[in-house]
Amino acid sequence: MTGASLALQYLLSGVTKGSVYAAVAIGFNLIYSATGVLNLAQGEFVMLGGMVAVSLAHYVALPVAVTGAVVIVALLGCLLEILFFRGLRRHSVLHLIIITIGLSIVMQEAALHLWDEKVRSLPYFTGNEVSSLHFLGAAISPQVVWVLGTVGATVLALQGFLQFTLPGRAMRACSSNPEAAMLAGINLRNMRTLSFGLSAALGALAGCVISPITMTHYEMGTPLAIKGFAAAILGGLGNPMAAVLGGLLVGVVEAASVSRLPAAYNDVAAFVILLLVLFVRPRGLFGPRQCGTVGEG
Amino acid sequence: MPRMNRIRCALPAALFALAATGVQLAMRATGTDYCLTQLTMALYYALVALGLCLVMGYAGQVSLGHGAFFALGGYTSAILTTHDLSWLGPGGAVPWLKAAGLLAARQDLYGNRLLTVSPWAAFLAAMLLGAAVACLIGYPALRLRGHYLALATLAFGVIVNKLLLASSLAGAADGINGVPEWRLLAGLTVCGKGPARASNYYLACGLVLLTLLALRNLVHSRVGRALQAIRDGETSAAALGIDTARYKLKAFVLSALLAAMAGVFFTHYTGGIGPSEAGALKSVRYVALVAAGGLANLWGVALMSTALNYASLRGWFGTYDNAVFGALLILLVSLAPQGPLTPLGGWLRRLARRAGWKPQPRARLAGTAAAQSGADPAPHLRIEGRPGHGAA
Amino acid sequence: MALLEVANLRRSFGGLVALQDLSFAVDPGRIKAVIGPNGAGKTTLFNVICGLLKPDTGQVTFRGRSLAELDACRIARAGLARTFQTPSLFPRLSVLENVMIGRHARARGEFAACALRWPGQAREERRIRQAALAQLEYVGLAGLAGCAAGALAFGQRRMAELGRALATEPELLLLDEPASGLNTKEKEELGELLGRIRRGGITILLVEHDMSLVMGLSDEILVLHNGVSIAEGPPALVQNDPKVIGVYLGGESPHVASGKESQVRLREP
Repeated sequence: MTGASLALQYLLSGVTKGSVYAAVAIGFNLIYSATGVLNLAQGEFVMLGGMVAVSLAHYVALPVAVTGAVVIVALLGCLLEILFFRGLRRHSVLHLIIITIGLSIVMQEAALHLWDEKVRSLPYFTGNEVSSLHFLGAAISPQVVWVLGTVGATVLALQGFLQFTLPGRAMRACSSNPEAAMLAGINLRNMRTLSFGLSAALGALAGCVISPITMTHYEMGTPLAIKGFAAAILGGLGNPMAAVLGGLLVGVVEAASVSRLPAAYNDVAAFVILLLVLFVRPRGLFGPRQCGTVGEG
Repeated sequence: MPRMNRIRCALPAALFALAATGVQLAMRATGTDYCLTQLTMALYYALVALGLCLVMGYAGQVSLGHGAFFALGGYTSAILTTHDLSWLGPGGAVPWLKAAGLLAARQDLYGNRLLTVSPWAAFLAAMLLGAAVACLIGYPALRLRGHYLALATLAFGVIVNKLLLASSLAGAADGINGVPEWRLLAGLTVCGKGPARASNYYLACGLVLLTLLALRNLVHSRVGRALQAIRDGETSAAALGIDTARYKLKAFVLSALLAAMAGVFFTHYTGGIGPSEAGALKSVRYVALVAAGGLANLWGVALMSTALNYASLRGWFGTYDNAVFGALLILLVSLAPQGPLTPLGGWLRRLARRAGWKPQPRARLAGTAAAQSGADPAPHLRIEGRPGHGAA
Repeated sequence: MALLEVANLRRSFGGLVALQDLSFAVDPGRIKAVIGPNGAGKTTLFNVICGLLKPDTGQVTFRGRSLAELDACRIARAGLARTFQTPSLFPRLSVLENVMIGRHARARGEFAACALRWPGQAREERRIRQAALAQLEYVGLAGLAGCAAGALAFGQRRMAELGRALATEPELLLLDEPASGLNTKEKEELGELLGRIRRGGITILLVEHDMSLVMGLSDEILVLHNGVSIAEGPPALVQNDPKVIGVYLGGESPHVASGKESQVRLREP
């Protein structure tokens, strides 16, 4: 394989992983915009999406299993918001974030007990492990096309929802000015629940579509959440399209590090990006000014 | 200091010493001496929680990566005291270093002769490294606010965890074993051997007690007030002339040193250390323990941390160990953000007052009724004998 | 020589210009009031002077020394103290502890000394406590020393914050609307206290909307409007300035001069 095609291979691998990070990052942004909370349990939605789909796939056809998983996890997301965040208005954002960490741990352990510690995966949507398409000299699995296509389509659909539909515009109103939105008659609480539900659905879908490639296991949530957060912060919190760019960048940098460093270090790249962004430019590439540093509040 | 005040200050320490001795004697009597091992380990974990209590409860800075400092301390001393330096040969500076106590020759478990760094030197190295890393990470991180700081520290902890897992020098996923014992004084050796269990337990108790006393002094002093000012209003604190960046960093480094120290003692006691000590689960657990203890309550944190870690180490939580701490975190933060022991403490104080106990000296000034409310946020204020003022 | 000098100060937020080429000086031992409609830039001015905001251009000089490179902490240590529009006490600490924090910059004792209780630290702590108590007596709150600061009534919180600012032994005191939220009696006491403070040698720069307090107390008034100074001078001069009347005081200015309860309504331009 030539150097160029090897590089392309890594690039594609990076973009594939990156789209999952992008999906998680968009989920972060949705919830952050609507509630101001950074939901560190976001990664668990991805994990649960895959886990539930794998279980359902034993009984029903694959498309039904995936749809079912997405719906179930979306409902779970709504339920979590209602149970844990509706009543907690007097808590600071930091308290709420710590609660999401606690939730992430509990969900992880629940997954361990409901299923087990074994790695599982959905079958390939089309083809199998060895089928490959040829693209510009690189061999890629058809699943990669599924990942890119699904995440891409979902992002576009989400943008369309936010820009052109009434509930979508209501959500944007909530995030830019909650008081005004309330005065305009928008039900803030339902919008918040909706944001959780949408995030969970997005995460679950990403979890299903990535499952054949990266496998699904109960511990995959935490690193995904941190990398997804790195992606969201890199793009700039509050900007969903920037989150996609952030995700792709994180994925590509991670893939590049795999090619240079021993395999055991490949996770570190994303976390180092997170630290660097936080230290050097907390607002990310496209975020608003003056965020995250001493001087606000 | 008036006698009442002195007794009040010495009382918790005396109770602690009494309880510690009582537990040990009870265990000896019931033949459950082996439980002392887990209790000693729990006490070392409590040291980390105490440092975190200072940073989180009093300075108001959240750190989700404190396990990394514990691991740094433990791994530094483990690596230095197990890594064979025999290739340096018998000559040169080696005899000097041995005489100075920096290098030590010993035999390992299999009877091989080893030349390693001595435990005391390794301890100093661990402290220096802990302080250096804390400065390096703390300086940029503490300029961040709230959730950004929390995530930066989380990322830091995870990076350390991953690096330890990947490094063969650190034993990768297996960690390091065969860490030698550490002779502190004649008759006091940090090791896990049966006969030394009681002395090690009292050593751990002593360290925790000393830390508690030092931190309590700190908290009730000019520095402690400044830290609390930073917690409750950083802008106002700066406008009063408090160097907030420097104080936050110092508190952070102090807590990192405590964690590293705990790591060193822990490693010599148990004979080894693993990469999970730096993991996110452990770091989050420390946060849960500080929250359980009451955030800004040193004794509460020491107590709850020891108790919960002991229960966890004894296996009382079974396979739900992590879930328990996760659930604890959720419950505590959502239901009692100021810590569960605060309402309990308030209730006890009211009971005590009814029984005739005088209010705390530091609140007793000019003897007005208003002063009786002490530190409890009272909804109404009564001011007597001051014409012209109404309770607004 | 002026104690505080502000020269060509400019500060904008995005498209909004809060301060435009503002220059004035405060002489030592005087009380200078800054008045003007809401949104005139008064709080921004204070934030720039104390270092919480950096100006776009311009200079702030205190005792001949530029404050440009200094942060809020260093500026406070140089002798400037400030209160906020909403009293910013530390709610979980007692009133006495709040004022003791005001003594921070004037006291000694760092981490090691405090944790290990080095000799002299106990004496230092007593000194801090006594100085803080003295300040509380000065502002009339000695009886509330042990109360949690969060439990105080609004007027008392203002006084406590003032006591805390005084504890830093400032040369210049910046007060942001100290009379707002106070009733008539409390305003009288505030006026009397401010007079006492001035007699003690501390210079005061205050932002205030209560005209009777301002006219009766200040040696000099600066009128700010849309970030620009439109009048500056002794009260008698300013309150008769037609520009000021048009923008801020309204047509009933003659009543204000008598010191009666202000009947002036704030008028937005």
